[in-house]
Parts: sequence; structure tokens; C-alpha cells
Amino acid sequence: MEQRRSVPALAWQLISFALFFGIWELAGRWPISLAFPPFSQTLLALFSMVADGSLAKAYLITLQPLVIGIALSSIVGIGFGIAMGLSRCVEWFTLPIMIVLQAAPMAAIIPLLTYVYGIGVTSKVLAVVVLASPVIVMNSYKGIRNANPSLIEMCRAFLGTRQQEIVKIILPHASALIFAGLRLGLAMGFIGIVIAELLITPTGIGDLITYNSSVADYPNMFAAIVSIIIFAALTIHALERLERKLFPPEIRGLEHAG
Amino acid sequence: MPADPIIEVKAVSKTYEGSVEALAGIDLALPQGMLSTLLGPSGCGKTTLLKIIAGLIPPSQGEIWVKGQKVDGPGPERAFVFQDFALLPWGSVLRNVAFGLELRGMAKDQREQIARKHIDEVGLKSFESSYPHQLSGGMRQRVGLARALTVDADIILMDEPFSSVDEQTRRKFQEELLDLLKHKKKTVIFVTHSIEEAVYLSDRIVLLSPRPGKVSQIIEPNIDRQDENPDEIRRDKNYLDTVDQIWQILKKYV
Repeated sequence: MEQRRSVPALAWQLISFALFFGIWELAGRWPISLAFPPFSQTLLALFSMVADGSLAKAYLITLQPLVIGIALSSIVGIGFGIAMGLSRCVEWFTLPIMIVLQAAPMAAIIPLLTYVYGIGVTSKVLAVVVLASPVIVMNSYKGIRNANPSLIEMCRAFLGTRQQEIVKIILPHASALIFAGLRLGLAMGFIGIVIAELLITPTGIGDLITYNSSVADYPNMFAAIVSIIIFAALTIHALERLERKLFPPEIRGLEHAG
Repeated sequence: MPADPIIEVKAVSKTYEGSVEALAGIDLALPQGMLSTLLGPSGCGKTTLLKIIAGLIPPSQGEIWVKGQKVDGPGPERAFVFQDFALLPWGSVLRNVAFGLELRGMAKDQREQIARKHIDEVGLKSFESSYPHQLSGGMRQRVGLARALTVDADIILMDEPFSSVDEQTRRKFQEELLDLLKHKKKTVIFVTHSIEEAVYLSDRIVLLSPRPGKVSQIIEPNIDRQDENPDEIRRDKNYLDTVDQIWQILKKYV
């Protein structure tokens, strides 16, 4: 059944991509703007950037603050979220801040980060943290809070301690939402690092975009943009599949008795 | 004559926040080795009373004594079977059944050996590695029952255990429960809103009247379960008379 459904789905996806690239090609050849290269030229530019290694070099630089930032946000974010979920006191202090942070356009404070921390890696790492951590915190917090009260009661009835209740019921129950938070956090992290590399100092992929734009090499500029979109989309998609494999909905405890 | 009381409920009242009075001045002595049922319409506080006996909810007033000791929380001599099963969705049948012993820190081999025995007993052999979502409602409740048996408590508290199970499964389950208990010296406190279920299963029925919950009457259906085939009970004259008698009493509360 799964296969019968996925084959036409794949066909539709391919048709949708073909249509999109076809329109892009036409729009580029027309052209709607001198700064808008057709799809074929962009693709060629992408191949040549892969071939001469400039793309790989750029990604090596870009990934550094991204990975450090995501690692930091994960540790701090999950820790904070769990503490908020378990302790009324921590919740009382931090929940309003977190709600504001999640709603605020955090990219706006990047100039402030530059002012305080300079134009080095630190500012870029912080840009990633600032964007990625609110959603990680909130998901961890919600995961803890959503623990099934009936399972907690069961644990108490069978003489579980508060510590066992947390380790054996609340955390396993929250793990799926926490993981989803990491995935969303990474998506925000991609936004953060690209903004940082465009706003703070052009390095890595941001440098490829700004440099090629300044010398009017639009196919190369678009190739860099397309590459980061593809890279982010594939990474997030892979995490999503891993998430579905690790936490299938029936094991998550989302379904109810019946 | 009833045996010595194993559970004593002394002047227990419960008022929830917002001043909803769930129970008012309940006095009860529940005899050892018997199946006693708390029966009443919804809103009579029967589940609240059961959870107070379990130590899961503190009473607003009054005390619970179990085996001569005052209750101030759950204890090893009491095991609970939940209405909504309360199984770990990420745990296999084996892990769920052994969970009570896992919480007590028993070694894995040992607790799984004990759990296997009780899984057999409730008729779930060969389902040990299944997950709750793969089981029917009736089978899930068997897991819940096996988990309660595994901790070897003298008292088993069952909160409407068959209410989310279909009628046929429920009948079969009731028969098996009687059969299972025949060979064990357990005291069972059973909560239900079904008159037939109460009369069929119980040695003693505590009728509760609603808003606030009070003991209205205590009835001991005089049904001989030792010799009788379970199917015969439902045709027994005493069974039918008791069902009718209880209905006449409860009618005015509905």
C-alpha cells in the first residue's frame, strides 16, 4: 500500500520540479532582469563551483559557526526547556521571555551582536544561537509539560520516585517533541548563519553570494543561493525521516486509549 | 460472616478545589480475601474513593487504614488497575508487566521471569514483545492486570477496568477474573457503574449515592461461586434478584 501511494507522489514531485525549472529557464531567457540568469546557466555555474572546490571551501567555513551554534543551542535549549517544564519557579521566570523571543524578529539584534562581540566567529555563532534556541527551548518545555498524567499516576501507584517518574515516564514521553525542536532549531540556524554571513562579514557561502553579486556574476551568485537552499532542505528532510523512524507516532504516546 | 477487615475507611470526606463535595463522611470496613465492589451512578465519587484508598489522592478529612496501618501514599500491599490501562506506549508487553518491579529496582532477568509467569496467567503468552498499540482494548487491560499481579500485592484496586472494552470481551474477561482469583488469596476492590458486573463479580457490594458520595447500602449477593460454572451464575435466581434489588435502590439517584 505504501508503495502504491509513493510512486505517483514521486511522479508529481518530479513534474512539479520540472515545471518550476522550466518557468525559471523561460524567465531567465526572456529575460525579466539582467540579474536573473536562466536555470541552465545557474546549473552550469553550480557544477563548475563544485568542480573547482570553491563551494566546498565556502561550506567548510559556513558550517563551523553553524555547528557550534546548534550544539550550544541544543545543550542550553534542551536543558532550559526541561527545567522550565519540571519547575514552576523556572517556568515563571523564563516563560514570558521565551514567548517574546520566539515571536520577535531576532535578526534585528544581529547588528547589536556585532557591536558587542565584533565581526569574528563569536558573533556568527551567537546569531545562530539567538535564532535557533527559542524553538528548541519551547519544544522541550512543551514535551515535558505534555506528559500523560495517567502514566504519572501509574508510576506513583507502583511506588515510583520523582526521579524515576522523570527518567522513565516524562523524558521518554518528551523525546519526540524535543527532537522535533532540534529539527526546527536547525532550520532557524540556517537562516541565522546566512543572515550573519551577509550582515556581519562576508565569509563562506555569504562571501560567495556577496562577491559574485558585486562583480555581477549572477549565475555564480544564484548557484551559491540555490546550493544553500538545497543543502538546508536536504538536511532538514533527512532529520525529519530520522525522526519518523526513531519516534513513530504510535510509540510516541500521542494516541489515546480506545 | 465477613473476615477481618483489611481496609478501613474512617470518616473520609473529599472536597475538591472550587468546593465540589465528592465524598461526605464515608465509613467502611472491607473484608480480607473478598471481592468488594464500589457501585454507583456517575458523580458518586467511587473512583475518588478508590484513589484515596490507593493513596493517590489525599482525603480532605478522615483516614484510611490498611492492614492496621494508616495510609499516607501508595504502598507495596496495594496494586492498581487503571481504567485507561496506563501502559507505556514505548514499552513492550513484557516491559509494561514488569514495570512495577522495575521501579522497585529488581534485576532485569528476575523481574522478567516473574512477569512472564503472569503474562501466561492472563492469557497473553506469545505477545510478550508486542507493543500496546498492537493490542486490542481487552488485551491491553490484561497487561494492566498482569502488571498488578506481578508486584504480588495483597490488595488489588480496579478502577472500572472493563469500561473501555466491548461487551463480549468484558464478559469473557469477567469470567476469567473470577477464575483467576479463585486460586489466589487476594482482596479486590472493584469500581464499576454496571449493576450486572457488580453482582456477577462481587462478594460484597457497597452502593454509593451521588452528590456528595455517601454509602447508601451494603449488599452481599448470596451466590455460591465455588461450585458453579461461571455461565450458571447469570441464570442464578439470587443473581437476578440482587440485580433487581440494586436497580430499585439506585433508580432514584439517576
